[in-house]
Amino acid sequence: MELINLQNVRKNYHLGEVDVPVLKGVSLSVNRGELIALMGASGSGKSTLMNILGCLDRPTSGSYWLDGHEVSILSPDQRATMRSQKIGFVFQSFNLLPRTSALENVMMPLTYAPRHVSDREARRRAKELLERVGLGDRMDHFPSQLSGGQQQRVAIARSLVNRPPLLFADEPTGNLDSRTSEEVLQMFQRLNAEEGITIILVTHEMEVAAHARRAIRIRDGLIESGAYGVHGAMDGVHGSKAGSARPAAAAAAAGSKSTGGAA
Amino acid sequence: MIKSVKTVITAVRALRRNLMRAALTTLGIMIGVGAVIAMMEIGNGSSQAIQRTVASMGANNLMVFPGNFSTRGVSSGTGGRVTLTPQDAEAIERECTALKAVAPIVQSRTQLIYGRKNWVPNEITGTTPDYLVVRELEVVEGVPFEERDVRSGNRVCLVGQTIVRELFDGHSPVGHELRINNVAFKVIGVLGAKGANMMGSDQDDVVIAPWTAIKARVSGSSMAKTNQSAGAAAAASSVNTLSNVYPGSKLELYPEQSSIQTTNSPMQVRFVSIDRISASAISAADIELGMTQITELLRERHRIREGAPDDFTVRNLTEFTNALSGTTTLMTNLLLCVALISLVVGGVGIMNIMLVSVTERTREIGLRMAVGARGQDILRQFLAEAVVLSLIGGAIGILLGVGASWLVRTILKWPTESSPGAIVAAVAVSATVGIVFGYYPAWKASKLDPIEALRYE
Repeated sequence: MELINLQNVRKNYHLGEVDVPVLKGVSLSVNRGELIALMGASGSGKSTLMNILGCLDRPTSGSYWLDGHEVSILSPDQRATMRSQKIGFVFQSFNLLPRTSALENVMMPLTYAPRHVSDREARRRAKELLERVGLGDRMDHFPSQLSGGQQQRVAIARSLVNRPPLLFADEPTGNLDSRTSEEVLQMFQRLNAEEGITIILVTHEMEVAAHARRAIRIRDGLIESGAYGVHGAMDGVHGSKAGSARPAAAAAAAGSKSTGGAA
Repeated sequence: MIKSVKTVITAVRALRRNLMRAALTTLGIMIGVGAVIAMMEIGNGSSQAIQRTVASMGANNLMVFPGNFSTRGVSSGTGGRVTLTPQDAEAIERECTALKAVAPIVQSRTQLIYGRKNWVPNEITGTTPDYLVVRELEVVEGVPFEERDVRSGNRVCLVGQTIVRELFDGHSPVGHELRINNVAFKVIGVLGAKGANMMGSDQDDVVIAPWTAIKARVSGSSMAKTNQSAGAAAAASSVNTLSNVYPGSKLELYPEQSSIQTTNSPMQVRFVSIDRISASAISAADIELGMTQITELLRERHRIREGAPDDFTVRNLTEFTNALSGTTTLMTNLLLCVALISLVVGGVGIMNIMLVSVTERTREIGLRMAVGARGQDILRQFLAEAVVLSLIGGAIGILLGVGASWLVRTILKWPTESSPGAIVAAVAVSATVGIVFGYYPAWKASKLDPIEALRYE
């Protein structure tokens, strides 16, 4: 079942009078329940692609289908609703509200949910999620009283509170040491396996990407590899210029080599 | 509804995260509203005090004079005709709702004698106890005379400070008898000092007695005496004679009218007439109404036909009244200016801090947008924060202002007057300030690009 479908997406930025193309025609597809690593060096267009996938930005041309909705034609407000309903975000720098308890941090996105959620229900959901990420005993702590790993786990709980089918993690382990990184990544894997949540890990680190089952590699605004998963490849290989369908393992192997070289 | 409650809760949570900054932000509004309330209360108090002072100078007073007549082209001037009766005064008191007090007045100017001293006071006024209310006079020693004294024409009197000085050498005159036009009057009270009036005449140089006593024993009809045509006869009767001391002889209580006068105003013969009626309106605003009421009532009582001229004149102290209302207006406008300036300063303070806050919380705004907040949600939230801030500031400001005016009242003894209007206005204005000055920062926040905002350091 296809969750994300990008057709020939381009994105240009205006710098003065010059149009700088950042994405030069990206096509890819992600199925429900996948755990994907989106990889690329800085300047490759990785962040831009993530912004478009995350409905934070709209492509200059091309179309983007998310869960059956054409997102590329939506207005900013409609995209906000889309984000609220379909997407959870986990950031490198956690982005928790300071001086706000873990519980209230987790409850925050429900304020903007299109459908009203009662305070009691919100509290119940937030508690449940915090317990699931192993912070049941730290609900009243402020972010400043939590370690980095704990903060990131609060952020994960927050990203799940709207029950989105899709989770974006933008360098989720960038600010964590290797042990807590491992914990966080295992949590993503577990969420993916147990809940069937589609997760896209945006990263440049090979170890992180190794936790994913497929890696989409981007370079110079074009997909280098991993645009279509096994099923996606079978569904139809249409109009893909840059992307080529490969098995996930092969993609990961290729990624591993090049990252190693870069490092 | 639920949405706005949620917005307010979110706003309060956001403000609670930075209490110090919130407190400093509201400080401007707090001081502004506090200043407004304090100024309004103190200003109102002063304004009322000024009004009371001016009123005590007689600004609210109305005077009813008898009319005039003319014979063969010679006009008598005001008071030439004797048309006012004590019953008129009573009727006015009874029926004119705009008036606080009404007193009939009989005046005389004659010699006072006490022991070996004599003195001619500025005015000898025969009246009722209400006169003290009309003129806002106080009895500082002894007691005022009463209605009973008026009814029975008792020979009692109140004297002013000048009389005490001139006749009694500053000793207490209460209980002593002085002679007015050779008739003994017992002094039962001393009036408080009032100084000179606007014309410079000494208001302490007075004797006040029941009008019946003055009328019957001292003056006859003083207004009639000004009428030169009747002068000779009146002058003859005003010589000190024993007939005043022992009023067995018949008094001329009304001037004899010529046959033409009688034809011109075929009124019933009055037994007693008075020189004028003095009244005071409840407040400066009631003066006009009082004049109308008196005019209507007297025209009816005097049976004056539609279109015929009044046989009396009602006067007020227009000059005084204008000065009074001018002062009040000026005072109010001045206060309004001060209030507006402090509120604008407070509002700019809020805007300033809210702008800083938007910059400082750029990442937070980005995050909120990423998790699904629309531009209008952000706008509403920041607006709510500004309004909550200014309302809290307004509430504390009200307490501050009321407290300040209380302090001023208790410590400095300034008159203050609580003004609920100012409090309502302050709340409304502080909410408005919050919305007006909070709008720009909130709008700015809502226009942020979530991507940029999330990346902001």
